[in-house]
Amino acid sequence: MIRVTDLHKSFGGQEVLKGVNMEFVSGKITTIIGTSGCGKTVLLKHLNALLLPDKGAVFVDSVDITQLGQKELYEIRGRFGVLFQGAALLDSMTIFDNVAFPLREKTKMSETEIQKRVDERLEQVGLEGMGYKFPAELSGGMKKRAGLARALVTNPEIVLFDEPTTGLDPILATSIHQLIARTQQAFGFTGVVVSHTIPQVFDISDYVAILANGVIEEAKTAKEFLASTNPIVQQFIRGETEGPIHVL
Amino acid sequence: MLSLLRQIGGFTLRHLSEMGRMFLFLLSAFALAFRPPAKFRLIVHHLKTIGVDSLSVVILSGFFTGMVMGFQGYYSLRKFSAESWLGSAAALGLLRELGPVLSAFMVTGRTGSAMAAELGTMRATEQIDALYSMAIDPVKYLVSPRIIASLIAMPLLTAIFDVVGIYGAYLIGVGLLGVSSGSYFAGMENAVVFQDVYSGFLKSVSFGLIITWVCCYKGFHAPPRATGVSQATTESVVLSFVMVLVWDYFLTSIML
Repeated sequence: MIRVTDLHKSFGGQEVLKGVNMEFVSGKITTIIGTSGCGKTVLLKHLNALLLPDKGAVFVDSVDITQLGQKELYEIRGRFGVLFQGAALLDSMTIFDNVAFPLREKTKMSETEIQKRVDERLEQVGLEGMGYKFPAELSGGMKKRAGLARALVTNPEIVLFDEPTTGLDPILATSIHQLIARTQQAFGFTGVVVSHTIPQVFDISDYVAILANGVIEEAKTAKEFLASTNPIVQQFIRGETEGPIHVL
Repeated sequence: MLSLLRQIGGFTLRHLSEMGRMFLFLLSAFALAFRPPAKFRLIVHHLKTIGVDSLSVVILSGFFTGMVMGFQGYYSLRKFSAESWLGSAAALGLLRELGPVLSAFMVTGRTGSAMAAELGTMRATEQIDALYSMAIDPVKYLVSPRIIASLIAMPLLTAIFDVVGIYGAYLIGVGLLGVSSGSYFAGMENAVVFQDVYSGFLKSVSFGLIITWVCCYKGFHAPPRATGVSQATTESVVLSFVMVLVWDYFLTSIML
């Protein structure tokens, strides 16, 4: 279980998060939606302490990770997998080496075991036989899939997805969504997805929350969320320019 | 008046805190370099990028610097009828000063700027965040091996620069201007002492550290955007040049 309480974060005098309170249920996928620049990625980066809050706490299984020393923090981060918006593959390495990287650096697995695990993950994301390529030789969708393979290779308990389908065509976006749902069912991880690909993202989400005006305005199960009468939720789902969310 | 003082104060505080951050970055990179597991494979890789890849430019610049020294040295020494001292003048100039400084400049331009650009791009494309999120310390993985590699590569490059430079001056002095080959090397043997070689070695090691430190710091902390990378690259090269020259002054004044 991940819980954030009263999370505040400012950048250069601009307060992005103004007291976020939220719980992420173990073994389920929670999606955070919101307008571009509303602070979704900032919130996501607090969950594994890539960013530290100005005020507030982030609890992972009742441990406040904002108070941990570097060693303990690295131990906690080892429980996470992250799929970054641009995949963030190390461009000096092949896809195979990228996926094998956390295993080589953080485990004592033999090279044979690593080879087997990496091949397995690459196959799961539909990249079998592509391990020899470099990130620059892959399309956007393939990079995302390689990023997903790397995020899952250590069998993490929690996986963070930062806009996994941004910039992809609708078919590829759906295939990535299905991949996330399928891998979540296979591995049972706790998933946190930041996205604004609606309504497709609702299909894979157990819970949905909307971040607006620096706070979580509504957090419900996906079905309840769709039926919500909250004007902020309705404006966002319908993509209306008029309403409580001011876009311009 | 108050506003001017405030601006000066703000400027000073900003730069002092930046210097503090830079120093802590260096300490952390050093501390992590000696924490297991050692990254031998990465050290060897960076020895190639810093050392082997800079070799051609160091040899070329060393050769032409030596030839210029041959001409200039001959011109100056002839005024005192001391052309036979050309070998010692060239060797002392190269070993104590020009070798370490010009090699440092070449490595900064060839490798330091690339380091800053590479790390800056890694920052902009979230690759450094990805390392953090995989529980891998990016300073240990990206910076410490580069620092160790530069501490090994810089003295070797400087030594090559010195030797090539001495032969460049020989080519001009002896081959073109008629200085006796025997007096060229004999003068060098008499004038050059261990302290001269040691001083050049110390300079080259410290310059290697300065270059890698500055370039890695600037790249690592580059603003995460395209212009951030170019800004980090420019700043790293300029700051490395300035710091090499300032540190050179202090070392020379201590070791002379």
